[in-house]
Amino acid sequence: MLNLLTDPNLRWILLGSMLLGLSGGVIGTFSYLRKQSLIGDTLAHAALPGICIAFMLTGVKSVGLFLVGALLAGAAATLSVTLITRYSRIKPDAAMGIVLSLFFAVGIVLLTRIQHSSYGNQSGLDKFLFGQAASMTSSDLYTLGGVALLLVIACGLLYKEFKLLCFDPGYGRGLGFPMGLLEQLLLGLTTVAVVVGIQAVGVVLVAALLITPAVSARYWTDRLGVMTVLAGLFGALSGAAGAWISSGVSQLPTGPISVLAATACFVASVLFGPRRGLAAKLLGRRSARRRWLAESAGVAARANIQAAMQATAQAAVLTDGQANVHDNAHPNVHSAAHANERGASV
Amino acid sequence: MSGFWIMLTGALVATCCAVLGCFLVLRRMALVGDAISHAVLPGIAIAFLVSGSRGSFFMLLGAALVGFVAVFLIQLFQSGGVQSDASIGVVFTALFAVGVVLISLNARNIDLDLDCVLFGEIAYVQWNTLEFGALSLGPKAVWLLGLTLLVIAAVVSLFYKQFKLCAFDPALAAALGIPVAVFHYLLMGLVSMATVSSFESVGAVLVVGLLVIPPAAAYLLTDRLGTMIGLAVVIGIVSSVAGYGAAVWLDASIAGCMVCAAGVQFALAFLFSPSHGLVTRRRRLRAAALGGRAG
Repeated sequence: MLNLLTDPNLRWILLGSMLLGLSGGVIGTFSYLRKQSLIGDTLAHAALPGICIAFMLTGVKSVGLFLVGALLAGAAATLSVTLITRYSRIKPDAAMGIVLSLFFAVGIVLLTRIQHSSYGNQSGLDKFLFGQAASMTSSDLYTLGGVALLLVIACGLLYKEFKLLCFDPGYGRGLGFPMGLLEQLLLGLTTVAVVVGIQAVGVVLVAALLITPAVSARYWTDRLGVMTVLAGLFGALSGAAGAWISSGVSQLPTGPISVLAATACFVASVLFGPRRGLAAKLLGRRSARRRWLAESAGVAARANIQAAMQATAQAAVLTDGQANVHDNAHPNVHSAAHANERGASV
Repeated sequence: MSGFWIMLTGALVATCCAVLGCFLVLRRMALVGDAISHAVLPGIAIAFLVSGSRGSFFMLLGAALVGFVAVFLIQLFQSGGVQSDASIGVVFTALFAVGVVLISLNARNIDLDLDCVLFGEIAYVQWNTLEFGALSLGPKAVWLLGLTLLVIAAVVSLFYKQFKLCAFDPALAAALGIPVAVFHYLLMGLVSMATVSSFESVGAVLVVGLLVIPPAAAYLLTDRLGTMIGLAVVIGIVSSVAGYGAAVWLDASIAGCMVCAAGVQFALAFLFSPSHGLVTRRRRLRAAALGGRAG
């Protein structure tokens, strides 16, 4: 474990995975708030044929080329989802299912073609399915880390615009912002985040890198700025955990470990998040109950005193010999006794 | 002969998925099907570890249970205020990750590699046969899928009316006293079963293709549920046969080719369906416009 700090190669891999997780978390926040979480899943699966075609056309394994191929495939996938939902009565969820599985199937067909034919340097292409951070070369790391950093910076620069897009696009349009363009831009950035995340987490699970940190961060805050930072932090943590653990145990792919780390963050948030978390809810419910009991006890005590005073007054009246008042006095005394009991039980 | 068994297996997978997929597409739960097909992986891995073999009936039950757990967790987070698609995403990625970790840690004990998890090994189906004495009764997968299909057909035809009502108008169904939640979980259990029995043949991701694409294509061709199910089954079977042919021709993944064949049929339905096709509607509009001008 300690060799992580001394081995410069591992240190780079750790840093790269953290950057990838960070960018995933930051972008994921916006797509979560726009209720488009699963678009990341579709984009990730759709990237596979793009990567395969880029490899088949050029015959070299270069992250830059794969990035271009995956971006084009992702754009084709989003376009197909839009077309299917706009021009037929298929609902968005089914359209996403169709596009996701169809693109992935094309990718699998191409991948098996590549494996069966005589492309020399194909080993490692299947690492894209589950991610293997340790297989990244240092030049890959520079490319991916640079892209991830650019993503985060872009989100920082366009923070205000994206905030408008998430919460009130109509108002944004009224203010003169090009909302359609911004929407496309955010989608494009999401595609980039997914594509660079694939290297670390793999095609199948990269969606988790976008969704899980954002959902976890939502448990802790109501403010977009805090949520973005927290989601980035959770993403970076899970990326680091994945790279670290999978570099120590040889059979383990990086992706699932990162996802499990992110899930652990999520479970912790569900349990311990302030206000929304399970513990906070239970505590809140208990303290509310205690408050209510205390209040009702206070009311009861006050009612007690009043009832007692009334009773003495009526007793005084009774001693005057007007027996008919007794019937009126009785229920009061009765309820005072009840209130007493309740107060005692607290 | 090997081609026959592969096509038969593919056709059985496609039939199981198409029948259930119709209800998923109508209830707008296509992505829940996606989630279940990923989420049953830990169930399969654990069943492998415990029983040491694939294709047992207990595996079906175990995976159906995990499918239930996944649906339950999704509902739980949804009611806790997480958006529905985000809660689907969180649950299925987490469970799938658990499954992948279990498989990679026990690679020596589990006869199942990670590629198979994603796109299946339908080509090997014929080697794993069911022996009865000296008699070979055909591939195990065919028997398992046949059993699953029988269960699905029995349950769906027995409760056809209830499933139909729940698919189109859950509120009315609830008002009529039909236990909507029970039928919801029953459908999810069946989807889990179908996913698990198809798993070995087509893998976790491509099951989704067969669950969603044929019913979606059928949905564009008809307005009647019964016809839709029938059409979806036909489209599924055509995909498995055409896909096998294409795979032999291209020397590529059979399951991948099957889903691609389904995709081609969906594209045809999308463009040329008599009632809902893009091109047909355009043409009809133009004809109407011309007719209007002439009149």
